[in-house]
Amino acid sequence: MHPKASGTSASEVRGEALQRVIERYGTDPEALVEILRSLSEQLGYLSQDDLVAVAKVLKLPYSRVYGVATFYSMIETSPVGTHTLLMCEDAPCHLAGGADLRRALERRLGISFGETTADGRWSLRTVSCLGRCDLAPVVMIDGRWYGHLTVERLEAILARYEEEEG
Amino acid sequence: MKETRIILRRVGRIDPLSLEAYAGEDGYAALRKAVQTMTPEEVLETVIASGLRGRGGAGFPTGRKWSFVAAASGTEKVIVCNADESEPGTFKDRLILEGDPYAVLEGMALAGYAVGAREGWIYIRGEYAEAARRLETAIERAYAAGFLGEHILDTAFTFHIHLHRGAGAYICGEETALLESLEGKRGIPRVRPPYPTVAGYHGLPTVVNNVETLANVAPIVLQGAEWYRALGVANSPGTKIFTLSGDVAHPGAIEVPMGVTLRQLIELAGGMQGEFKCAQTGGAAGTIVAADKLDRPLTFDSLREDGLSLGSGAILVCNQQRCVVDLAYVLMRFFENESCGKCTPCRVGTLRLFEILERLRRGRGEAGDLERLEQFGRYVRDGSFCGLGQAAPTGLLTALHAFREEFEAHLGGVCPTDTCPMQG
Ligand SMILES: Cc1cc2nc3c(=O)[nH]c(=O)nc-3n(C[C@H](O)[C@H](O)[C@H](O)COP(=O)(O)O)c2cc1C
Ligand code: SF4
Ligand code: FES
Repeated sequence: MHPKASGTSASEVRGEALQRVIERYGTDPEALVEILRSLSEQLGYLSQDDLVAVAKVLKLPYSRVYGVATFYSMIETSPVGTHTLLMCEDAPCHLAGGADLRRALERRLGISFGETTADGRWSLRTVSCLGRCDLAPVVMIDGRWYGHLTVERLEAILARYEEEEG
Repeated sequence: MKETRIILRRVGRIDPLSLEAYAGEDGYAALRKAVQTMTPEEVLETVIASGLRGRGGAGFPTGRKWSFVAAASGTEKVIVCNADESEPGTFKDRLILEGDPYAVLEGMALAGYAVGAREGWIYIRGEYAEAARRLETAIERAYAAGFLGEHILDTAFTFHIHLHRGAGAYICGEETALLESLEGKRGIPRVRPPYPTVAGYHGLPTVVNNVETLANVAPIVLQGAEWYRALGVANSPGTKIFTLSGDVAHPGAIEVPMGVTLRQLIELAGGMQGEFKCAQTGGAAGTIVAADKLDRPLTFDSLREDGLSLGSGAILVCNQQRCVVDLAYVLMRFFENESCGKCTPCRVGTLRLFEILERLRRGRGEAGDLERLEQFGRYVRDGSFCGLGQAAPTGLLTALHAFREEFEAHLGGVCPTDTCPMQG
């Protein structure tokens, strides 16, 4: 979920997040991967302006920052929904019913994996094995695990997220 | 065959962040023994004599790797713990990191002492947030208690550990891509040689070892090479953690002496659900084998001897209801996604293979597709720059060998298990 502190502008929020991340990881170019991942986690995704800001603080060419940002799957470079659902699509999860979950999710939300719902609520993403194969099939919603899923259980989980928001 | 928990002996039984609990079960006894009563050479000799081989997949002798770095003089040296664990079906390193983090820190310090390194890095995959949090706390506490930092256990030995989280990329488990990522860059593999032991992190002689490998070190130093060699088999001593998934009653981790067979592992996991058809051993990059391999021992040499890879120790078990074409398709999707794009055989080859498997699944195979799978598969295997591409077609090629009729049926528009979305 994205921070939306009332009374502060979006760009202020983004600036503050960058400051926090720099305080934590420093400005050594070596920290670039961690800085971008951490910032992306806090902001949901990184805009071109965000990448320019990081390049400036770390005194790196924009191309280097862009190259790193687009290489790693945990660094988002386009807007995502309020909630991001990551579904593992590797063999242990696939065999444990992952393919059915995938179809059910697409039907329920009316979008394909890789897309975001029109109301901006949900983004669906596939990911590689998350190392929880003993709980297959597995999804992660906003950083939280859900394992041993069936279509019914996943339905109930989505409904709970939606109720919480009203 | 029974479980023999050595590496996992504390996991799930003690508070993983309590140094007292760790010390109460041999914790830091090996490091104390090493720095207070052994020379670095003696520690190195013990690890060489133990026959320990790397648990990251390739089985390289750990003592030999360390000796290359130990031999370098007049330079800083580095220990890197490879905690990128991303091989589909594998979660053993996560269990160790979450359940016994001090064991990894102790193993790294022992490695540092043996080779003369003062700096260590843990590169952990970005998705392992909980393990990273625990490691962070464990590192802090180890410093506070004098197990890390300057003058460890009141000796002249100094060793520091830094934690670096990745950001999602399977290729970063490959040791040279890992080093690139550790230096804040895209994880693209480097040309080898020079190997990391010669020029690794920032060009310094670097030991890169897997989490499970490092967790083996303290027991070896504490109990000796002979004790260790009595476990497992001649060229593959010790225990191995296997992670079972698929059609077994109890998917999960099992630690057993090396040399176990597939049949024994399946029994330890509570037996089959349904009737055995095939298993993929070693992770997504491993071999797909039929029932004729059920009684062959799994060791670092079984790929060469029996066509059965050990790899990361991941075992995916399939019953008769599973379709091997569908399985090969899911595997190729993974490699196509994770290819870093540096070299053509892997970048283009995995895509071509994926496309052919996709049309076979849909009943739209074309004449010559099975020959194309074999031909492109060999091309990717033999022409790729790094281990990702070289191993990407292993599952496909071994499945084609063992289950050719099933591929042929798909070519004829029929999925015998009725798994694939045939469209006629
Ligand atoms: C594509 C690819 C992915 C790899 N992923 C990992 C990994 O996640 N963890 C790991 O320890 N080794 C991995 N390896 C092996 C490492 O390159 C390296 O051999 C290993 O970390 C050495 O440690 P060891 O000697 O203790 O096994 C991978 C290799 C390749 C080619
Ligand atoms: S084999 Fe694949 S992952 Fe390895 S360098 Fe080539 S493109 Fe990259
Ligand atoms: S295959 Fe899904 S978590 Fe490992």
